[in-house]
Amino acid sequence: MTLTIDVARDKWGLTEEQRMIRDMVRDFAVSKVEPRASEIDKNCRFPVETFEEMAELGLMGLPISDAYGGGGADYLSYAIAVEELARVCASTALSFAAHTSLVCLPLSMFANEAQKQKYLSRVASGQCLGAYGLTEPNAGSDAGGTQTTAVRQGDHYILNGAKIFITNANYADVFIATALTEKGAGTKGISAFVFEKNTPGFSLGAKDEKLGMRGSDWGTLQFDNAVIPAENLVGEEGQGFKYFMQTLDSGRISIGALGVGIAQGALDKALQYAQERKQFGKAISEFQAIQFMLADMAMETEAARHLVYNAARLKIAGQPFGKEASMAKLFASEVAMKASSLAIQIHGGYGYTKDFPVERYYRDAKLCEIGEGTSEIQRMVIARHILKG
Amino acid sequence: MSPFNIVVFVKQVPDNTKLKPEQLTGNSLPKEGVDMIVNPFDEYALETALRLKEAAGAEAQVTVISLGAASAKEIVKKTIAAGADAAYLLSDPVFLSGDSTSVAYALSGALKQLVPDAKIAVFGTLSLDASDGQTGPKVAELLDWASLTTCKNAEIVDLETLNVWRETERGIEQYTMALPGVICMMKCDYELRTANIKGVMKANKTEIPLKTPAELALEPALVGAAVATSQSENVWPRPAKTAGIKVDGSADAKAAVDKLIAYLRENKVL
Repeated sequence: MTLTIDVARDKWGLTEEQRMIRDMVRDFAVSKVEPRASEIDKNCRFPVETFEEMAELGLMGLPISDAYGGGGADYLSYAIAVEELARVCASTALSFAAHTSLVCLPLSMFANEAQKQKYLSRVASGQCLGAYGLTEPNAGSDAGGTQTTAVRQGDHYILNGAKIFITNANYADVFIATALTEKGAGTKGISAFVFEKNTPGFSLGAKDEKLGMRGSDWGTLQFDNAVIPAENLVGEEGQGFKYFMQTLDSGRISIGALGVGIAQGALDKALQYAQERKQFGKAISEFQAIQFMLADMAMETEAARHLVYNAARLKIAGQPFGKEASMAKLFASEVAMKASSLAIQIHGGYGYTKDFPVERYYRDAKLCEIGEGTSEIQRMVIARHILKG
Repeated sequence: MSPFNIVVFVKQVPDNTKLKPEQLTGNSLPKEGVDMIVNPFDEYALETALRLKEAAGAEAQVTVISLGAASAKEIVKKTIAAGADAAYLLSDPVFLSGDSTSVAYALSGALKQLVPDAKIAVFGTLSLDASDGQTGPKVAELLDWASLTTCKNAEIVDLETLNVWRETERGIEQYTMALPGVICMMKCDYELRTANIKGVMKANKTEIPLKTPAELALEPALVGAAVATSQSENVWPRPAKTAGIKVDGSADAKAAVDKLIAYLRENKVL
């Protein structure tokens, strides 16, 4: 544990609790997560040991009530935790975010008490990982076009179909996914289910190799007459799409935080390198061209952080935050891309090699512009909000 | 049976790795405009205390006492997050004007007042700022307790005895210490624990009482500058490291050795 007080601690208007959580996660990220970041990226290895350590620290259900094994912290503390992890390893941050905001959070918001006791308490305490299944081969941005079906048969639903690009799929024990319970009813025919890995008829398919986020697991969920007890229906039948869209509103805050973390990490590395690297007899940080790049990276990272923290604060205050979450996610994603690209530029040829981490930041950043709603979808959401007035 | 009480003394200090040369003026290190950290040796003191507590059993308690500005409260809270059971901050402008003698008087008085049945007091052997290494032994003297400095490890033999290992220029020395006693820790071989969320949430709910000299029944004449026997005159940046010399022995080894010996003599190393 590093007992440090950051002189800039009040700059973001954080509470003492938020600062303490930030410092704790930062310490863990630097001491345990960063040393593994390059290796898990290279080998496409999901770092099980990191998630066991995070469970021990009580991080896996950070914004969930302690009555269900969570940390009892607020949503901004959770966003800061994602940011601090992403600053050193975006893969770890992504798996953490998918588990927390896409599984723990909807279970805490929409599941009944029995489901919370049975499933939420396990994922929020970190006893097991969770995965969230929305995307399908023919239902990406058009999530309402879900083709996986769920047919009621007595006390069970029989599910058929597939979900793809599912974060944590191969390491999760608890899943939450959508399926069509009423054909022809549009998004009002979609329901949400929680189930376990050992569900009969449920299996995991092959996974594709990724450009970035290679230390974060993903995979395919296959339902071949999968038998899910009727009591595993989350909330009301036909409400699943609405639940999942609300879940994504919160999830976008954490993807925004992920983008801020990547941008900050890229800036950290670029700042360090620019002060160490000497050309023409002086540190390259003394050249105005480099200074301008660093200044842009710092300014845009701070702006993105303000957007993310603002969206989180609105959520904490119980106010509408959908537009702000989309703005935060979109802006932070684009800042992460730009900052990681500039970090490579500042590193020059070395930045293009795998000997320096900035190329990893660049590959990882791209996910932010696609996952949990592409940048185009975010622009549509924002436009819809502002046109509605 | 009263709990087995362990007291840890921690100090907030400026992070000397982040001090800029222009901040090193006047007669003391800056207390603002730089990251403040818990003195690194004190982190080992806390870790040692928590390990002793775990070995002593459920009845054991760790209390942290710090002397410093009110801003040290947040750092003191972090010791609760790491596992300490209670913490106090001695915070009054008069405390800050003293030296290790007056600080030792305040700390020993606080221990007697706040944890009267303490069996062990754990310090960091040096602080990053003053680096005189005197506070721990002076507290021991005022309490009339045994004390050991530059300790690397301590283990409980029974509730009246500790085994303590010191690192000295002669090597590692092992002592058996009859309690109560003061141990002053160096960097230890064990890993510092990471605070967990439960600890952080507990720390956030814990009030850190601020204590004044009057509340600790300290003699006003013995607090602060009144009894200080030393005063810092000046601080300045450490001179920049200069390059050494390179002695190439590939052609003539004897000449190279002679040159090296002459250089070391010249610089009073030999």
